[in-house]
Amino acid sequence: MALLDVKDLVVHYGKINALKGVSLHLDKGDFVTLIGANGAGKTSLLGALSGLVQATSGTVTFKGGDLLNEAPEAYVKGGIAHVPEGRKIFGELSVEENLYAGAYIIKDKAQVKSLLERNYQLFPRLAERRKQEGGTLSGGEQQMLAIARGLMSDPEILYLDEPSLGIAPLLVDKIFEFIMQINAMGKTILLVEQNANLALQVAQYGYVLETGKITHEGNCARLREDDAIRCAYLGVNGNGN
Amino acid sequence: MTLRNVYASKEGKAIGMGGLAVILLVLPRLLGGNDYLLQVATMMALYVVLASSLNLIIGFTGMYSLGHGAFYGMGAYTSAILSVNLGWPFWITMPLGGLLTALVGAFLGLATLRLRQTFLVFGTLAFGEIVRILIMNWSSLTRGPMGIPGIPPPKVFGTELTSSTHYYYLILVYAILMVFAIFRLYYSRIGRAWVAIREDEVAASSMGISVFGYKILAFTISCLIAGLAGAFYAHFVTFISADQFGMGESFLILTMVALGGTGSIAGPIIGACILIVIPEAFRFLAEYRMVLYGAMLIVVIVLKPEGLAGIKGLFMPTTGGRRRTTLFRREPKVAAVKAGGSQ
Repeated sequence: MALLDVKDLVVHYGKINALKGVSLHLDKGDFVTLIGANGAGKTSLLGALSGLVQATSGTVTFKGGDLLNEAPEAYVKGGIAHVPEGRKIFGELSVEENLYAGAYIIKDKAQVKSLLERNYQLFPRLAERRKQEGGTLSGGEQQMLAIARGLMSDPEILYLDEPSLGIAPLLVDKIFEFIMQINAMGKTILLVEQNANLALQVAQYGYVLETGKITHEGNCARLREDDAIRCAYLGVNGNGN
Repeated sequence: MTLRNVYASKEGKAIGMGGLAVILLVLPRLLGGNDYLLQVATMMALYVVLASSLNLIIGFTGMYSLGHGAFYGMGAYTSAILSVNLGWPFWITMPLGGLLTALVGAFLGLATLRLRQTFLVFGTLAFGEIVRILIMNWSSLTRGPMGIPGIPPPKVFGTELTSSTHYYYLILVYAILMVFAIFRLYYSRIGRAWVAIREDEVAASSMGISVFGYKILAFTISCLIAGLAGAFYAHFVTFISADQFGMGESFLILTMVALGGTGSIAGPIIGACILIVIPEAFRFLAEYRMVLYGAMLIVVIVLKPEGLAGIKGLFMPTTGGRRRTTLFRREPKVAAVKAGGSQ
């Protein structure tokens, strides 16, 4: 059974149709990426899959339960964590307080503590800076903090919205290593990226979103070979390898 | 050793708090039975509570309210009417005043908290005026412009509290309890949720924090505390009228929070003390004292937009405190980089 199953999801902003019937499917432990150009609807899709954006129609089934248009809390409680675009860390809270905020839905203090320790092991850099204000971290460190904060709710699925955005290229590789490590820990990952080249290298399965519709999908290895995708996403935009 | 290092140490904090407690306790003695000064001190304590309660909305949760004077007045009127008309004792009318205010605050919150900042400002401002006009015109209940005189003083263990010293201690106890409660709230899970909302609503809701619910909660608690303050005020001055709770009052409380520093515990306390003392201390300047008042505000806003509580080494402890936010936000400076790694 699919962990997350999305069928014919439609989203409107007023009269503008941002998503025109999107279907996708994630199994437990998957590493799935969603690529697409600016304005294709990637962020809207993640928003609709975490309760931040109201959908017009469609179904969102998570672990067999219907979550369409539930409040964001319902998604977090169900086991979905959304690491938003632009990191959106709480700038005036310390690193540790940011992480505590991420564990907001967990009331068991011992569990929060152990999640905190696990995160510090995964991101030693954050442990060094635990008392520092989030806003004073570098872009890459803020991204690590945003991911760690997402992990603090002990989710089954982690959505990552543009984790490479505005980050030094050297750190981008590092961030992606972390993401692969998190996937290896058994977390299902849905990665939204503009950097298609990189995304298709790390993920197993990919979807291509174009103006609100999935135009291609398949194993990342196959997508990388696809001429249309090479031309549209890897040829012109691809940066490297 | 700078003053700030003294504050940072545990002993320094304990000595500071102990010293403050002793001064507050023996203040009536220190003032040598000067009723006027003692009443100023009492008003200070009352405004410390009002400013701290508004800080829940502005400083912690990042919302705005320009209707705080109305909530303050609502508590005062509820308690006054119940005790004058029905003869109920203070210890019943005071909490009822707070509860009614909290209830109204919650409803106002339901209606307005979905508004964006600017609209929320006007919504609460309009609400404040509606309350004042209602008090002015609902003569059968509030006696309209004549106000309510002869509000009975509270009784403690059968004795009526009539002297200024009694009131001072009564309101001091209330103020300390409220500030302590606000302090505990700020550093609790609830406080963290509020600050998360202030920092970024989208991120907060994607953490599973119910943004709207917590906004209502902040608004309700803030109104509860302000309503209680109003009840204490009514029984302290024994005469209340609508013009004591108008727009000017709302702005005064807001100014206290802004001057002292939003989002910190110390800020509103400092702001309230200064803004109560200054008009009294400069009475000899007559109307010109308001010029001084305005000039001081401008200087603070320009030089120290995060408020007086942000002055390092004077009020700001270096450890354990959360950074203060400001009503007059500046763009983050490059100095942020400098802070990296040192802590």
